[in-house]
Amino acid sequence: MIPAAFDYIRAHSADEAFAQLQKHGADARVLAGGQSLIPAMRFRLARPSVLVDVNGIGDFDYIRENNGTLCIGATARDVAVERASWIGDRRWSLLHDVSRVVADPVVRQTGTVVGSLCHNDPAGDWTAAALASRASVVVRGKSGPRTVAIDEFLVDSFTTAVSEGEIALEARFPVPDDRSAGSYQKIERKVGDFATAAAAVQLSLNADGTIRTAGVALSAAGPCAVRVEEAERLLVGQKPTADLIRAAAAAAAKKSEPQADLRGSVPYKKNLAGVLVARGLRQALGRLGVTL
Amino acid sequence: MSTQATDRHAVGVAMKRKEDPRFIQGKGHYVDDLTFPGMLYMALVRSPYPHAEIKNIDIADAMKVPGVKAVITGKDLDAAGLGWLPTFHGFDKQMVLAIGKVLYQYQEVAAVFAESREAAADGAETVQVDYAPLPVVADPFTSKTDKVLLRPDREQKTNHIFHWEVGDKDATARALASSPRRIKERLWFQRCHPAPLEPCGCVAYFDTMGRLQFHVTSQAPHVYRTALALVTGIPEDKIHVISPDLGGGFGNKVPVYPGYVCAIVGALKIGRPVKWIETRTENLTSTGFARDYHMDVEIGATEDGRVTALHVATTADHGAFDAAADPSKYPAGIFGIVTGSYAFPVAHAEVDAYFTNKAPGGIAYRCSFRVTEASYAIERGMDILADELGMDAAELRSKNFVKKEQFPYPSALGFTYDSGDYQKTLNLALEKIGYKQLLEEQAEKRARGELMGIGISTFTEVVGAGPSKHFDILGIKMFDSAEIRIHPTGAGIVRTGTKSQGQGHETTWAQIVAEELGLDPQTIMVEEGDTDTAPYGLGTYASRSTPTAGAAIAMAARRIREKARKIAAHLLEVGEADVEWKDYKFQVKGVPSKTVTMKDVAFAAYTNMAQNEPGLEATFYYDPPNMTYPNGTYVAVVDVDRETGEVKVRRFLAVDDCGTIINPLVVEGQIHGGLTEGFAIAFMQEIQYDAEGNNLNTNFTDYLLPTSLETPHWETDKTVTPSPHHPIGAKGVGESPNVGSPAAFVNAVIDALSPLGVRHIDMPITRDKVWRAIQEAEQRKK
Amino acid sequence: MKVTVTVNGTVYERDVQPRTLLAYFLREDCGLTGTHVGCDTSSCGCCVVVLDGNRAVKSCNMFAVQADGHQILTVEGLANGATLHPLQQGFWDQHGLQCGFCTPGMLLTSYALLKDNPNPSEADIREGLSGNLCRCTGYQNIVKAVQQAAGQMREPVSA
Repeated sequence: MIPAAFDYIRAHSADEAFAQLQKHGADARVLAGGQSLIPAMRFRLARPSVLVDVNGIGDFDYIRENNGTLCIGATARDVAVERASWIGDRRWSLLHDVSRVVADPVVRQTGTVVGSLCHNDPAGDWTAAALASRASVVVRGKSGPRTVAIDEFLVDSFTTAVSEGEIALEARFPVPDDRSAGSYQKIERKVGDFATAAAAVQLSLNADGTIRTAGVALSAAGPCAVRVEEAERLLVGQKPTADLIRAAAAAAAKKSEPQADLRGSVPYKKNLAGVLVARGLRQALGRLGVTL
Repeated sequence: MSTQATDRHAVGVAMKRKEDPRFIQGKGHYVDDLTFPGMLYMALVRSPYPHAEIKNIDIADAMKVPGVKAVITGKDLDAAGLGWLPTFHGFDKQMVLAIGKVLYQYQEVAAVFAESREAAADGAETVQVDYAPLPVVADPFTSKTDKVLLRPDREQKTNHIFHWEVGDKDATARALASSPRRIKERLWFQRCHPAPLEPCGCVAYFDTMGRLQFHVTSQAPHVYRTALALVTGIPEDKIHVISPDLGGGFGNKVPVYPGYVCAIVGALKIGRPVKWIETRTENLTSTGFARDYHMDVEIGATEDGRVTALHVATTADHGAFDAAADPSKYPAGIFGIVTGSYAFPVAHAEVDAYFTNKAPGGIAYRCSFRVTEASYAIERGMDILADELGMDAAELRSKNFVKKEQFPYPSALGFTYDSGDYQKTLNLALEKIGYKQLLEEQAEKRARGELMGIGISTFTEVVGAGPSKHFDILGIKMFDSAEIRIHPTGAGIVRTGTKSQGQGHETTWAQIVAEELGLDPQTIMVEEGDTDTAPYGLGTYASRSTPTAGAAIAMAARRIREKARKIAAHLLEVGEADVEWKDYKFQVKGVPSKTVTMKDVAFAAYTNMAQNEPGLEATFYYDPPNMTYPNGTYVAVVDVDRETGEVKVRRFLAVDDCGTIINPLVVEGQIHGGLTEGFAIAFMQEIQYDAEGNNLNTNFTDYLLPTSLETPHWETDKTVTPSPHHPIGAKGVGESPNVGSPAAFVNAVIDALSPLGVRHIDMPITRDKVWRAIQEAEQRKK
Repeated sequence: MKVTVTVNGTVYERDVQPRTLLAYFLREDCGLTGTHVGCDTSSCGCCVVVLDGNRAVKSCNMFAVQADGHQILTVEGLANGATLHPLQQGFWDQHGLQCGFCTPGMLLTSYALLKDNPNPSEADIREGLSGNLCRCTGYQNIVKAVQQAAGQMREPVSA
């Protein structure tokens, strides 16, 4: 499978990359990890006339904590999260779980977190995790950089708030507090597949054991990963019980609007949405020392 | 004439493989590694429509793409008398490039030849084809109605390809009608694909002597040579087929594909070497698929579980051409083995095959010519019967086994099973898996509503095609051959008509020679795949190599031993009658101190042979007197997650009996690999076409191959019941794990779900299917 | 476009189209055919090489132009002259290959795996290799091969 011909530009700075994207508009694509883009090009489903390679921009390759926010740069690899020194900390357990099931262990060494968010596959993993974490994405446009909340960033299947000529620079995840944990539950047909169904959960507890904040999101449940607001609403302020989890799971199953495809039927995927939210909640709570 | 090789000189030794050094250093020679000066690349244009008339093909734009040298279509080939290719089954032909119409999605329509891969791809994209879609026949039941005739080119104007049957129809029907207990079930063995990691491909060129040099991924190079001679008219001595290292085959590299013919035509027409390497998508959508048998299985039994009769009626989906590469007298392969390990007094098996708008094929994927389908049918059938009778699945099998004393056993469907001790194999398996304890555990879990299953498969399969009386491909009988030459210093070379795709022949064939001649296997070179040097053989598939070529090697070696004995007698200064072969040496009878080694004799064969013929070599063409019948007992233990439908294979034990084992390491590797393929077939693999004929599983994102994480841990063991008619008692084993395992997995899942009243689920057993079966069962309860 | 890529310590200067995949660059422009192409969707891992010493990369999913100025390790670079790398020895000793087509990719993915985790459990190895497909071995002996190599590489080298 041979891609169609294109021109290749290696950008050496963020400004250079942006200038090239502005210049070529819809004809250009950013080449960061390329783990979704290159296969699409090999099938000639994507035919950019210009690729702007940003892998050489040192300024893009970072993961750092800054004022209560975890900032993941445009070329930071999935594997950098997977192997981060802090990834064992339970407050990051959602990102821990996700980073181990994105694509496969080789693709993860080149694929990027920001790239996955920009690709916005309906059954992607980082998008659901970003929703549950209440993350945001910094996008550079003609009028400079702007921060877009993840709920607004994810527009439709394979469509995001990044417009023609723009570039996503950074993903921002708020640093959860001490009494926080999460979980990512993914059912895939085999390693390397997108999710048949997946649930991302991020919880924090009050000192009295009630739920302080809740983030619940689903993948493979609609045109984009989707937040289950009803579940979050049910959870906040409550003491965790089996009934509460059941109610949150039911809300998730209801919210899920999956497509029938080779991965599964609609009833099956909706069922999984509920099952996985329940399991995710139990695991997150378990990590916080709460067993039901 | 058989010997049980209990010796440990070479046969039976777990020696490391001799071929490995080049592979682990990246120095294998696969066909895509070859380049020749001036080589062109070929790309194929393929149809997006499953059934359509071709109104027009416009190649003008393609010819303008820089680097494109030529484009050919079906019309061009037809004009040269090369439009159609006989299929290996022999009774049908297949379009090389579409002529007049296309019959399946991704069918080959035009071939583009260019200076580079890129130019060929760009050129292929620019060829314009005008199609007029025709109604699609997407399943064999619709095809049967003949409402849409798919093959007007054939003499019989029907989609029905053949009816085949074996056994006693009336006696079986009567026995079933009068049986106190009966089961009947429709079992579908789904369409799947062997998907070796190296796709198919070739490089073709005509050399300065006008010979066709054809490097190709072929499991049967001599058959290719003969077939090409017949199809192209090029004299057979002017065709040189070379099959290099093959990255897996599994039956996928047996048929001759349209791409090969196009590459040869291009090389001839343009006068430059042509390379064609298919993409994975092309491999999955157009090369030989496997299975697609809808089988109605009926078994009759007495109240206490003795089987009385077996009837299997199959509807077979062959795709658009009958390219199931079966031996010519066996349009349904060796499906007649469907009585399996059981002593059915009567049986009747029949197969009706139909054309559909799908890719052609059917015989592939480690299937032993439809033995996988047959084995699945009987092993699932027996489990359904056990369920019906409320009997333990192992007990029912045991009760009906062909007994050890009954061998050689003539089955109701005409096979003479050579040897086996099925009870011994089953006993070992049940003991090793801890069957009693597992049943106790299962009872406890069931009381708690947990779903745990134990699945058994006690298969007998049939390999080693085959005796000339019954087996031929395109008329060529299915013998095999070996040519052995021993050099002055005691090293040697053996060439056979088989072709390894990873089975380890460079090691195992050397072991046989070494064993028979008391030489060092490390210095016996093995060569396969070059039709200029290898003796004629039918190739490697259907687990036939050890039964046929392995035998030929032993027999050729024994011919050498006979010649060597004469020279030994001369060296030992005694008469021939006073020399015996003992402890891997020639010895004067009764005088153990007077010996010469084969190495001594080899040197003398060239330097001091006296009046004997110089040199030390022999050839043997082996026509097997019978097939061989490996058997096994496989046990799978699974746990099912009610909420997600996930099936975890907790344990899998395979006890195989393949007779004499040449190399235990190689055999174990074959079992691991075959079980993994069986696991994939049971749980995740399917080539699906929708009702409009669109192929839904066109690459590895949707045609699922298990990774190291999904694949269970395999436990293996063996019993050894040598084949009485094979020179070293060996039976062959490569396909057994793929033959016996799917039923073990399915039986285990159904066993887990049986408290809910679930009786059968077709493969692949996806989580969705399991979940839905559970939901439906729970609905029924309400 | 001109690219300069160091492969197994040797510098290759070649002229390529931007769309040339790294896998084909290695196989055809550098003549190193040990890296294989087995699929269209970066699913099989037969093409894995190691970039800049420690990153396993599916070379069918990267353009040669991206490798300009970088170092690549392919299967041909594993052995030290006539001395096999412990991974190669492990695959041979444990019968971790049959047709050999997936083997180079398995070796390089394992190489990167052991760099990150010199003492992997069986589960770590199965997980780490889950981006590489094998049709022949069922993975069991591949796992043993990597375990053998890991053990050997952890031993201090005796003179």
